[in-house]
Amino acid sequence: MSTFSAIGEEREIDRDEYTPTVEPQPTWCPGCGDFSVLKALKQALPEVGRTPEETLLCTGIGCSGKLNSYLDTYGFHTIHGRSLPVARAAKLANPDLEVIAAGGDGDGYGIGGNHFIHTARENHDMTYIVFNNEIFGLTKGQTSPTSPKGHKSKTQPHGSAKEPLKPLSLSLNAGASYVARTAAVNPNQAKEILIEAIEHDGFAHVDFLTQCPTWNKDARQYVPYIDVNESDDYEFDKTDRVEAAEMMRTTEEALYDGEVLTGRFYVDEDRPSYGQEKQQIGEMPEEPLAERYWDDDYEWERSYDQFVDKHE
Amino acid sequence: MTDEELIWRISGGSGDGIASTSQNFAKALMRSGLNVFTHRHYPSRIRGGHTYTEIRAAADPVESRGDGYNFLLALGDSFARNPQEGAVYGNEEIKPLSENLDELREGGVIVYDEGLLDPSEIPNFEERVEENGWHVFPLDLRGLARDMGREVMRNTAGVGATCALIGMDLEHVEDLMRDAMPEKILDPNLEILETAYDQVREEYDVDAVEVSVPTGEHEETQLLMSGSDAISYGAIDEGCRFIAGYPMTPWTEVFTIMTQNLPELGGISEQVEDEIAAAALAVGASHAGVKAMSGSSGGGFALMSEPLGLAEMTETPLVLVEAMRAGPSTGMPTKPEQSDLEHVLYTSQGDSQRVVLAPGTVAEAYEQSRLAFRLAYEYQIPTILLYDQKLGGELVNVPKSHFDREPNPTLGKTLSEEELAEQPHSADGKFHRFQHDVEDGVTPRSIPGQKGGRYLATGNEHDPTGHISESPDNRVAQIDRRTQKLEAIRADLDTEDTSSYAGPDDAEYGILTFGSQQGTVEEAVGRLNDAGVSVKSLGVSDMLPFPTEEVRTFIESVEEVLVVEMTASGQFRGLVQKNLGQYGEKLSSLLKYNGNPFEPAEVVDGFEAAIIEGDGDASGHQTTFVPAAGD
Repeated sequence: MSTFSAIGEEREIDRDEYTPTVEPQPTWCPGCGDFSVLKALKQALPEVGRTPEETLLCTGIGCSGKLNSYLDTYGFHTIHGRSLPVARAAKLANPDLEVIAAGGDGDGYGIGGNHFIHTARENHDMTYIVFNNEIFGLTKGQTSPTSPKGHKSKTQPHGSAKEPLKPLSLSLNAGASYVARTAAVNPNQAKEILIEAIEHDGFAHVDFLTQCPTWNKDARQYVPYIDVNESDDYEFDKTDRVEAAEMMRTTEEALYDGEVLTGRFYVDEDRPSYGQEKQQIGEMPEEPLAERYWDDDYEWERSYDQFVDKHE
Repeated sequence: MTDEELIWRISGGSGDGIASTSQNFAKALMRSGLNVFTHRHYPSRIRGGHTYTEIRAAADPVESRGDGYNFLLALGDSFARNPQEGAVYGNEEIKPLSENLDELREGGVIVYDEGLLDPSEIPNFEERVEENGWHVFPLDLRGLARDMGREVMRNTAGVGATCALIGMDLEHVEDLMRDAMPEKILDPNLEILETAYDQVREEYDVDAVEVSVPTGEHEETQLLMSGSDAISYGAIDEGCRFIAGYPMTPWTEVFTIMTQNLPELGGISEQVEDEIAAAALAVGASHAGVKAMSGSSGGGFALMSEPLGLAEMTETPLVLVEAMRAGPSTGMPTKPEQSDLEHVLYTSQGDSQRVVLAPGTVAEAYEQSRLAFRLAYEYQIPTILLYDQKLGGELVNVPKSHFDREPNPTLGKTLSEEELAEQPHSADGKFHRFQHDVEDGVTPRSIPGQKGGRYLATGNEHDPTGHISESPDNRVAQIDRRTQKLEAIRADLDTEDTSSYAGPDDAEYGILTFGSQQGTVEEAVGRLNDAGVSVKSLGVSDMLPFPTEEVRTFIESVEEVLVVEMTASGQFRGLVQKNLGQYGEKLSSLLKYNGNPFEPAEVVDGFEAAIIEGDGDASGHQTTFVPAAGD
């Protein structure tokens, strides 16, 4: 038996394998968009052939963080805003793992914004799903980084004076090599986009519009949605950075005018992932580092043999 | 203070090559058979600002900086921005000659670069030279270097002059230059060295100089090592192959050494966006089955509070190093202090469940770096190695054999897939990673990718499978189990001999200290006993879990105890009293927080003034005495 025999296992996978049989059952509110992320992931993972035990799902804090409880894989429910640094290190330690990170808009675009920028910049080979509901849900409805200007809440009683953050544009400029937006109300597209994102070799950012029926919108407010890759009203080349940027800007502004544009906005298949870049310059081993600790034949280097002579 | 030692101070500006020149000269002295110890003083600037390094060299062991110095090589600050007396920072150009001149011992030697420095700018220079019997050698080091090579080689000329004056053969210096320098600059440097050496011997009566190089002999091969080197090598020998960090003085040294060495070991180093990420990456790598570390200095470590707490709650093995400097806030970036002790013990929400070790010497830094990894992985707990700018940067000779030890890459209680199959699982196949009743509180872990090992790690309180739980019974069981690990670690540490004792067992008085002040305190204890004062010392390394009984025994065995530390509020004394719950009337403090580490004489004088003569500050020193309760 190898050390990590769950990795690379070729077999049929049933989507029920990702579902805890007894508890915990999801505690999200009825009508919550988060159910759609869970469902889309359960559909996408078997299709890309990744089993629960070769998948590491890292989440932050908030309603989105509960995803870890309801998707039965290896999981790391980290702390608010910090799913990305934990996830990307796990990927560097063992590149054979399928690493997925997830969090809310406050988690990823607010408190974890710095990590988001730098993980995108470095183009780590992983998928990042942001549950974007334009609100802080679990803490009971405060204004978030993507709440519209003028949004009133207990923490912004006179209406927010801030322009909402533009996550797609930010992601593109930071360096993500796959940027998409999907919506909970569009399960088929959501599944397809997650499959593409997981299979993409690089940082794949999926801004997932998840309605929060308790604090701001119900599902109807995300309908109708338009897939910009299929609509005749929009024409752009998703592999062209300039055209992608313009389409993103249009999309981000349209959302606050009640028009829901979704789809793949930017795809760069040529850019090497961070792991490949690091291997290229000799700063990352070819074999997964995590394997080495189980190799009985490996001769561990000693500072006494390697380094101390120069101190004589 | 003895005449059998050389304390050579080389001073100049940042960027003048003080560090590399002093490192080579220290190594040459070591190779000649002497024990050496260096003390660095430098400003937070890239170019300019008064910088010096002292090398103390003697045939006997040296574990501390000395009192003052007996040889000054003043190069002058060639990058000085403020050549006027009235400038905010004063006349910087002259500082390498004028600063701390009072600390030059009687009969000491001054070599200064007359190409750059004019002593007439120093008040009463001639009178002071005469009063103190100093031997002064104005040499045009810059001119000599310029004529034969380049101006920056004036350091070499200074070393040549030094060797001529103290009667040291050039052999070891030249060997080291041959090892370190490419041919193009080697030849002019050798020429400059020899010319300066010959010129001084021809032009001056060197026999009249009262300072000479001691002679000594080593029984085995020695290495010139800093605390930062030792910590890094300890990590490597424990199989640490992942580091993540963000630059910050003085922790950057460990980060740099690891980063330069890891690629050839097939390891990974990551320079990341901030210290929150740095520690979180180390957590992620460790979770995925790699031995990992991160670290910082005070301000950066503050950002690590979150991931540190996450490692505690998820029981992820992790080593963090914290290189203290003077605080609060940005404080004094390049100056040592020990005032982050409480910060590392208590930062992050909830009850602390971590290990904190504070090595006292370079040799201990290697051993305790290894110990930190062993404890972190065996007990699945974050372990912090607490040191400071002093220990990180000081260079001392350590026998080479000290490092001749077997590597230990083991991951601790981590299960193979075969072993996992035997472990308890839930009906749906989830592995019980956090079982309630286990030996020493350590519950075995799996690694992502293993079949039969899936579980949830979470910063929330959790049940045995890792799922979030707020059940009171589970909460108590989990906290008690995690706390039990600290008891097991305390018992483990009792077999490790991390404390250091000096002085006679039956001494009347005691000195307690921790971390990097240990060597200085031990030298002071030696001097006090030579002067007829019956005193012993205990240098403590285990900050958490604290060696309560060992310290109690020490305090019980003496009349009074002086606690020596580089803090302003007596943090270590507070820690002792918190753990022992008594002795407030028996413990007094000697504190120093001016940015410089204790000199042995400050401890000697401080002890005599406070304990022997009674409750006072020693005059002439920037140290502070705080009496025991009730005094």
